[in-house]
Amino acid sequence: MTTGLTRPDGPAKLTGTAHYAADADTSDALAAALVTTTVPNGRLTALHTADAEAAPGVVRVLTRADLPPLGELSTPPLGFPVPPLLEDTVHHEGEPIAVVLAETWEQARHAATLVRAEYADVTPAVPFGQAEDVVPHGGLVFGETDESKGDVTAGLAAADVSVTATYTTADRHHSPIEPHATLARWDGDQLVLHSSVQSVLFAQAALAALFGVPPENVRVFCPFVGGGFGCKGFVWPHIPLAAAAARVTGRPVKLVLTRAQMFTLAGHQPATRQTVSLGATSDGRLTALRHTSSNASAQLGDYCENTPHGSTWMYASPAIETSTRIQRLHRPGPTPMRSPHEGPGMFALESAMDELAHELGMDPVELRLRNEPEVDPLTGEPFSSRKLVECLREGARRFGWSERNPEIGSMRDGHELIGWGMAAATMDSPRSPSSARLRIDHTGHVVVETGMQEIGTGLPAMVQAVAAETLGCPPEDVAVRHGDSDFPPHTGTFGSMSTMGLGSAVRAAAESALEKLGAEPGDPLAGALAEAGLTELESEGRWSPEGGGMTRGRTGGYSIHTYGSIFVEVRVDPDLGLLRMSRAVGVYAGGRILNPLAARSQMIGGITWGYGQAVLEQSVFEPNLGRFLSKNLAGYIVPVNADIGEIDVSFVDDDDRVASAIGAKGIGELGAVGVSAAIANAVFHATGRRVRDLPIRIHHLLP
Amino acid sequence: MRVNVEVNGEQRTEDNVWEGESLLSLLRDRLGLPGAKNACEQGECGSCTVYLDGVPVCACLVAAGQAEGRSVRTVEGLADGDALHPVQQAFVEAGAVQCGFCTPGLLVATHDLLSRVSHPSDGEIREALAGNLCRCTGYEHILDAVRLAATRGGGRRDQEWRSPDRAGRPGAGAPRDTGDPECER
Ligand code: FES
Ligand code: FES
Repeated sequence: MTTGLTRPDGPAKLTGTAHYAADADTSDALAAALVTTTVPNGRLTALHTADAEAAPGVVRVLTRADLPPLGELSTPPLGFPVPPLLEDTVHHEGEPIAVVLAETWEQARHAATLVRAEYADVTPAVPFGQAEDVVPHGGLVFGETDESKGDVTAGLAAADVSVTATYTTADRHHSPIEPHATLARWDGDQLVLHSSVQSVLFAQAALAALFGVPPENVRVFCPFVGGGFGCKGFVWPHIPLAAAAARVTGRPVKLVLTRAQMFTLAGHQPATRQTVSLGATSDGRLTALRHTSSNASAQLGDYCENTPHGSTWMYASPAIETSTRIQRLHRPGPTPMRSPHEGPGMFALESAMDELAHELGMDPVELRLRNEPEVDPLTGEPFSSRKLVECLREGARRFGWSERNPEIGSMRDGHELIGWGMAAATMDSPRSPSSARLRIDHTGHVVVETGMQEIGTGLPAMVQAVAAETLGCPPEDVAVRHGDSDFPPHTGTFGSMSTMGLGSAVRAAAESALEKLGAEPGDPLAGALAEAGLTELESEGRWSPEGGGMTRGRTGGYSIHTYGSIFVEVRVDPDLGLLRMSRAVGVYAGGRILNPLAARSQMIGGITWGYGQAVLEQSVFEPNLGRFLSKNLAGYIVPVNADIGEIDVSFVDDDDRVASAIGAKGIGELGAVGVSAAIANAVFHATGRRVRDLPIRIHHLLP
Repeated sequence: MRVNVEVNGEQRTEDNVWEGESLLSLLRDRLGLPGAKNACEQGECGSCTVYLDGVPVCACLVAAGQAEGRSVRTVEGLADGDALHPVQQAFVEAGAVQCGFCTPGLLVATHDLLSRVSHPSDGEIREALAGNLCRCTGYEHILDAVRLAATRGGGRRDQEWRSPDRAGRPGAGAPRDTGDPECER
């Protein structure tokens, strides 16, 4: 396969003609703005809408009494379990209570500020850490809450050296550059949605269930998504509200969330508190590993950040014990965010490994090499492929790790303290069904159709490449159409699983086309069609993991995960506490890499994302106001280009035919894992300060 | 109110514009030019960057009425028919485009930079693009794209485009050599 595939979606994105949800033609549409709660709990007792109704351009203000009845639905596909506007009970600040419809967006937003709400029984919100830890239940719990093997207490008692420490990670918001947007249009009982979603399939199923129409009556368009990172995976309240408003008014309705609403109505990664205990023999072999976790969750839904999950397959230990709990708080509903579970979890595990290495006086790379398991340490099952050792060795080589002086504070550049730190990375490999349709016309031109949306990962280029490779034709001969629920379904662009599922489905469709034609890869397609007496040929391809539904990484007798290593150099100004990441080397084993250019860009984006987790990103929850304080991109700090130093990304060969038919695995989330631990470990190396709370801020480093 | 504005070389007139409307909404919702994106609606991200009389601005921060009698150039006006502008070509070749939502703003910002400084240093590039947030790429390929566009003379062609447009406009005669886009953070 060629390196650096050119994006078929490139020209449209470069000329402003790629249409995102908010770009759909709205000349006849009403603009909607949400009115949301300003308190975290209590009851809504009155809503005064007259001023808003009298404001310029306003057509109508919808409250509960105006809504059509909505069906019941679980979480997921809903992001938050209560369909909006249906209850007086306030579950969190920023919850929708009315919808203003006006001729323009500015008019709707202006009028929304004129709606007054009254509340009763409001109390300060209990902050995370002060509520009871409870066992979560339901659809937002991913994986087991408790796992164990062996006797951890005995393993710790028998250890020559042990460490126990508590680590915290912050509330974070996905903050994709594109806000959520939905345009809804009813034609009788047919609903058309243009919506910015990570799964047209979920949106279609959810809206059909809520409005009591068959799924085929709901058509969802989403060719392009302006970034999601998890916050567009589930169906959030604005989507049914836009559809309800369109139904009530008989006009198309466009609802775009404001940036502030992106902080309350589209999920976030909840704060976590984790404790890790490691015991080891004096030669660095683990005798026990315990990882417990609790995360901030909402009143409803029980979203669980399963941070200890990765600790169950990372290292060979005779005893492993994990548990994860939540605290039910009055706050917006959390949701998976790049990288869910292992992202916050590996910060704790990989920091603890560094602490253990330090206690042992052992090189941290060597400690990891000594604990490399041959089979999944929890289940005893084989790994489909596991190239962690290669990643560690190659990363150390590229970084120049052997030059590291292990002594704390020993590496300086003039005034600046230099620290070198590293961490291992891993992600679970969930997989899910996908399908694609392939058509060849008499000129040999190929069109592939799939419900998948292009979210930035370059799926159209991947589809084009896989189809061309399988058919043996030039990639330019393959056009890709995507993001329409009328096309063959694709589960969703989340969980780093699109390339595996969709790539495998496209390959199956292409193989079936060749079979129907009795042709070999590379045969001219126009000629093959002519010989078969056809003017057009259509084939469908499907792929699903064992069992047919969505699976996690441990399935079919295998342990399927991705791995990597990350090495960083930080520079700390000891007087000002300023921290910069001047250099990073990431080496990854994420299955067969189909498009090196796009893959490299993904990983650089992931490392940058991890840098954000490590030193910048934090949504402060203010208990008296019961809200996230800074609901904008000035107060919620994301990395800018000047933050980023030199980043070197490479991949080791890893062709995993157990994971998927094309040997690929998912890499979308892997790059963001481990970075925060590597940075914290580097900070320790530079300064002797062990920072266990993210993000690492100036006050952690001041003298 | 009525707004008369030249957009991408074409004279446009729009009636019944509400005073509270932004230039961004005027372009996107009324004039059929959705290239510039709304992302933060308050000048933090640069996704809505367009030229206003040759100066890059955050269209979300400019009232529609402020564009009266002035000229606007958007991402839709960068390519020459089907031929991508060298800056656009460099972005796709360098892999600087992922989801593409930040891209229109970055293209205008880069286009502006290269028309002022034909061979910017890395520091100048970072400074000029500091007001444009990208959540996908980690920026490295965007920097590669700007460097690539510069080596191909991405700026020269732009000045040719600008000169007739700017003729006779007070205060808009020469490419700026100082000053920042209005929307830098
Ligand atoms: S939308 Fe204008 S700067 Fe963000
Ligand atoms: S490419 Fe997605 S925000 Fe920049």
